[in-house]
Amino acid sequence: MSEQTQKNAFNERIRNAAQEFGLPRLIITGFLVLLLVVSPFVGADLPTQISNIINRFSWNGVLVLAMVPMVHSGCGLNFGLPLGIISGLLGATLSIELGFTGAVSFVMAALLATPFALVLGTVYGWLLNKIKGGEMMIATYVGFSSVSLMCMMWLLLPYHSPNMVWGMAGKGLRTTISLEGYYTQALAKILQINIGNLMIPTGAILFFIVLAFAMWAFLHTKTGTAMTAVGSNPEFARSAGINVDKIRLISVVMSTWLAAIGILVYEQGFGFIQLYMAPFYMALPAVSAILIGGASVNKASIMNVIIGTILFQGIVTMTPTVMNNMIHLDMSEVIRIIVSNGMILYALTRKTEGTK
Amino acid sequence: MEKAPLLEMRNIRKDFFGNQVLEDINLTLREGEVIGLVGENGAGKSTLMKILFGADVIRETGGYGGEIILNSEKVSFNSPFEAIEKGIGMVHQEFSLIPGFAATENILLNRESKKKSVLSELFSDRMDTLDRKEMDKRADEAIRKMGVNIDQDMRISDMPVGHKQFTEIARELSKEQLKLLILDEPTAVLTEKEAEALLESIRGMAKRGIAVIFITHRLGEILAVCDRVVTMRDGRVVNEVNAKDTSVAEITKWMVGRDVGAGSASYVTEDTGKDKRIILSIDKLWVDMPGETVRNVKLDVREGEILGIGGLAGQGKLGIPNGVMGLYPAGGKVTFNGEEIPLNNPRKCLDASFAFVSEDRRGVGLLLDESLEWNIAFPAMQVQNKFLKLYLGGLIKWRDDKAIKEITSKYIDELAIKCTSTTQKAKELSGGNQQKVCLAKAFALEPKLLFVSEPTRGIDVGAKALVLDALKKFNKEKGVTVVMVSSELEELRQTCDRIAIISGGKVAGILPSGEKLEKFGELMLKNC
Repeated sequence: MSEQTQKNAFNERIRNAAQEFGLPRLIITGFLVLLLVVSPFVGADLPTQISNIINRFSWNGVLVLAMVPMVHSGCGLNFGLPLGIISGLLGATLSIELGFTGAVSFVMAALLATPFALVLGTVYGWLLNKIKGGEMMIATYVGFSSVSLMCMMWLLLPYHSPNMVWGMAGKGLRTTISLEGYYTQALAKILQINIGNLMIPTGAILFFIVLAFAMWAFLHTKTGTAMTAVGSNPEFARSAGINVDKIRLISVVMSTWLAAIGILVYEQGFGFIQLYMAPFYMALPAVSAILIGGASVNKASIMNVIIGTILFQGIVTMTPTVMNNMIHLDMSEVIRIIVSNGMILYALTRKTEGTK
Repeated sequence: MEKAPLLEMRNIRKDFFGNQVLEDINLTLREGEVIGLVGENGAGKSTLMKILFGADVIRETGGYGGEIILNSEKVSFNSPFEAIEKGIGMVHQEFSLIPGFAATENILLNRESKKKSVLSELFSDRMDTLDRKEMDKRADEAIRKMGVNIDQDMRISDMPVGHKQFTEIARELSKEQLKLLILDEPTAVLTEKEAEALLESIRGMAKRGIAVIFITHRLGEILAVCDRVVTMRDGRVVNEVNAKDTSVAEITKWMVGRDVGAGSASYVTEDTGKDKRIILSIDKLWVDMPGETVRNVKLDVREGEILGIGGLAGQGKLGIPNGVMGLYPAGGKVTFNGEEIPLNNPRKCLDASFAFVSEDRRGVGLLLDESLEWNIAFPAMQVQNKFLKLYLGGLIKWRDDKAIKEITSKYIDELAIKCTSTTQKAKELSGGNQQKVCLAKAFALEPKLLFVSEPTRGIDVGAKALVLDALKKFNKEKGVTVVMVSSELEELRQTCDRIAIISGGKVAGILPSGEKLEKFGELMLKNC
């Protein structure tokens, strides 16, 4: 008898856990596991695949984390991520221009990006405070237009470093700049673990963990609590004496700064700085990752970030590889685009809002 | 032998989610009879009419009990269209007219006279053309039935309010099958002269055999035009009397009073606190709150008292606490303990140790998606730095979840909030318990002055008593001055020391709560 009840209680607990995790995420996780199981049979090397997923997690984690503050303050998903990314790119190119090399160039890039992120973030936040209710639409266009503006600026700004400018003209930045000799793998190399084909970029993951912990801690402070309350019900917050606009501004600046740092982390893993239209495509994967991780438009946790990034990047890296190996045709780029945009589309349909 | 009544409503009952709003309503109406339906806001008049008219909201919230008999036939309308079919017309408080259309077009909307054309022969009658001449004739007839003169070619957007109202009534009158017309506060927006014309047209309709149910706050009009007056209060019909046998004062008493005389022993009958210190003084206050405009309020609140603010809906009583607390644009002078409190800044009010329980529980009062802990502790944490642990010399203000849990448990016990745990989400609680959470939130601020706005709106009778008792206890034990706004006069009389009645955005008068009901009624209608 008691065994029966115990079993029931256990079932109940499993069911609750499953419900909390969410059916869509269970399905995606199941699909990812299926891909991992299938991959050795179609001739893909499993440890390499796993390294790939972990690597891509370490590149993208901070960019996804940048979504969190604005979601908490009720500004919605930060489709204006390119603005923060541009701050990061300015920091990166300036750091190289000023002649820093090696790991130091990463630190300098982060430091140089910060003032840009603060200023642009403030302007962006001020703008978002003017158009409450339509943040995400405006944010998208802020992202788009800032990218277009910078397309001109990258050509016009007086950069001279031969590693960055077009070879023939001697001016104007190249679309892709190699970080070889600068900060490529700067974080990943720290305490890197290599077991056969399995490679874990410990330093980059630790860096993400530090930032994620800082975010978690911030949300436990007085200001962080106010931020969550503003996102949950701005009228409630206002009647409790909170300066709603100020809190929202703080969240936007935080998000922009994290995006700047996030792109630097991405670059150190990827090994290249991508300019011009590249930032254009960075916002949607990050938005999708956090949505797949189970966040809603005004609720997001660090766990959502971690789960979402692993699932999104896992599917996006694994599907093309497995498919390629199955049909023996190199169309990985096509499949990658189909899968990643499909995931984005799916994630955006999962967009839910809290009770109003 | 007497003819069977046109309409009979038997034992009508209705509850919204367990909250009984109508109980055993019986109403009969004969052909050509005009009855006046009066009662305070929330007495159930509109709900009763919605049931009769088959409004969607009734069906969506679980239907009603009892039966409606129209022309000796039991009916139950699923939509207003069915009600219209059976000859019931309703003119709502809000206009439902198309601004860009002329009066005629509005009056005959979707019932236009039509002419056949080649196209309609070929396709369908959707291609018929309008017979303007015939339409003009019909509209003119409907307008003349009212006995007023409005330009039927004028666009609605160009009309004065009164004419819009007449157009709306003409629309109902143009329906041939009309037997029963419901007028919901039709004179609220009219000038005296227009209202007079409307009353005249109601008399005309009655002569033609149309029965009219007339809802209004202007009691004089009721007496002038109605055959019978039905008074409702708290979801019951408390009185039904021939209009000639009664007076405005009598009706007022029925409207506001409960068991007159019986329970009055517990009322504070005298103004005992004349010598008490004035703690809050409001002068020349105006508040721009939509629907509750405050025009010029002067009010003094005494230390340690419970001051009630009453009055009809829309007269500005809700605007006072919302304006003082800085939630709506306001101007004027507010002095607390000799210090002037700046307006339009909620933080300054909270710093001056005011607290406010909003009437908009779900919109302003609660974080629906968050736990009870957050709801109760949040303002105190943000305003007074309570429930925080300080690290690095105060640089990091860490939320003290343990202290928050403690205070939440304390208030859950004290106010008997029904919940599964302190971390339950606020949206999962019932209305009454949500209200208690709002009170707990204000109590946690340990204010010197507490504004409470409509504390019992939308909660059941049991919870009402608990909420009011908690307020009284808080006032007595902590010596907190309470300003309570409510549209239920009876509740104010049982709770407060004095009651200020707001009418037309101004204080119409302040009375001790034991004062005669007629006096309150008079003040309520003073500046309307």
